[in-house]
Amino acid sequence: MAKGVNTDYWDKDIVKTEEPKEYNTLNVGPTHPATHGVFQNVMLMDGEFIVSTEQTIGYIHRAFEKIAERRPFYQITPLTDRLNYCSAPINNMGWHMTVEKLLGIETPKRVDYLRIVVMELARIADHIICNSVIGVDSGALTGFTYLFQNREFIYEIYEEICGSRLTTNMGRIGGFERNFSPKVWEKIRYFLKTFPGKLQEFETLLARNRIFMDRTVDVGPFPLDRALSYGFTGPNLRACGLDYDVRVNNPYCSYEEFDFIIPVGQSGDTYDRFMVRQEEMKQSMSIIQQALDKLDKLEDKETYYATDPRFVLPPKEKVYNNMEALIWHFKIVMGETDIPAGEVYHCVEGANGELGYYLVSDGGRTASRLHFRRPCFIYYQAYPEMVEGTMLSDAILTMSSMNVIAGELDA
Amino acid sequence: MFQIIPERNELVVAKLISQFSGSIELHEVMADMLCITVQKDVIQEVLFFLRDDDQLQYNFLTTLCGMHYPATEELGVVYHLHSFVNNHRIRIKTSAPVADPRISTATSVWPSANWQERETYDFFGILFEGHPNLTRILNVDDMVDFPLRKDFPLEDQTRDDKDDSYFGR
Repeated sequence: MAKGVNTDYWDKDIVKTEEPKEYNTLNVGPTHPATHGVFQNVMLMDGEFIVSTEQTIGYIHRAFEKIAERRPFYQITPLTDRLNYCSAPINNMGWHMTVEKLLGIETPKRVDYLRIVVMELARIADHIICNSVIGVDSGALTGFTYLFQNREFIYEIYEEICGSRLTTNMGRIGGFERNFSPKVWEKIRYFLKTFPGKLQEFETLLARNRIFMDRTVDVGPFPLDRALSYGFTGPNLRACGLDYDVRVNNPYCSYEEFDFIIPVGQSGDTYDRFMVRQEEMKQSMSIIQQALDKLDKLEDKETYYATDPRFVLPPKEKVYNNMEALIWHFKIVMGETDIPAGEVYHCVEGANGELGYYLVSDGGRTASRLHFRRPCFIYYQAYPEMVEGTMLSDAILTMSSMNVIAGELDA
Repeated sequence: MFQIIPERNELVVAKLISQFSGSIELHEVMADMLCITVQKDVIQEVLFFLRDDDQLQYNFLTTLCGMHYPATEELGVVYHLHSFVNNHRIRIKTSAPVADPRISTATSVWPSANWQERETYDFFGILFEGHPNLTRILNVDDMVDFPLRKDFPLEDQTRDDKDDSYFGR
């Protein structure tokens, strides 16, 4: 041993002090990497693992509930477009049905079937977006580019029906603004013929793909009891294993006449959510086919609205030639038609959950209060609980599989 | 459409009245569902009771939203509950004066009430007692008004080019 070396310390145990871990704060957003809308998550990170996260929402709040208190009923339809803009026709139809429920309007069967065709098309369009974006976020862009052609085709069908594509403002209180043209039927039949093959191709790309399964199975699982207490509805709840579907539990719009299966998952992970949506698209195809068959059987091929003069604009020839029709035309457009006082809650199965409208009328020309039950506003609360302890890349996948739409989140 | 099941409505009313006799102000069957008005000091117990009772099992909070009644100077909260077991829905209402808008929170009953109560606070100024984080959620943090109250103007009040009296408003 060399002289002069201090050996006093050698025997002492080296005490490893447990230094406090250093966490990093990471701002994910204010925009989502795949721009599903404007989201921000302030995440506390331990390396690549999420310790805690806090969502910031409200970036595109547009005060729809306040605006609705000043508008006549038919002018609220375009506001509903902008909630879940991926499936605007479902929102439009849900709103029309809410007002019809308040007014006590019975719609003809043909109107119900036409609405079902449109709503199921919208559901397919919405699920196409969500599922193909799950693919994108897990690194597979191909499926996205394949399926988006079909979504584009659905938008062409909307365009034939109502003239617009994304924010549709489709239909009127009591029915539709015009009958479906032959071109619409031609396009719907073409879609029904070609889409199942495309969907199958998409599913083959992802469903049993090793990489995709590794990225999605057991990612962001959520137990059923937590999902219920967090107000999950729609495909997210069904992926957790409960077969709750508004179309079956509280049938509206003649859904009780249709025969379809509610797919359910088991663990509520990203893969289950993906597969539930895949199956729902197939069921929607079957519902559209059944609706077409029912429409063929109906002798009536002309009715497209309920015969309620209070909300359905009279035909233009009558407006020009008939005094009464002109008066009604003005009364409707100025929103001066009488609304009974009352309150009503109506919900439809939106593409991402139970979309509800709570409408309170005091007998004035506008709603005295209108509240939207926006499904993703309610279930997005569970996001921190779903992602804490997981990795950042999984958290992004979890978010896209929950189908959170910023327009609906912020109202 | 929601099925109206008279026996079930009666059961709910009878159970609530036997449990909270003096605090049930009003119960009526509306066009779409049963509606019960409850005094605000028992609202949390009523919600717990409706959730946990074996026969009722209203296990799902569909929505929670605020109301403003300028005529009586009150702020209200409306709960829509859904029993998945019995597939039955009810509406519960409660209210508090504008001067003292304190109502106990439903967050302990259902975590999903958390953001919905924050939203109600944000727009109506109802203070939910016992809420873990009662801050604004959709509006900016430094806002002072509660915009969904009826006395909050929708349009810019400095404009004089629009005369509402022509439009029946």
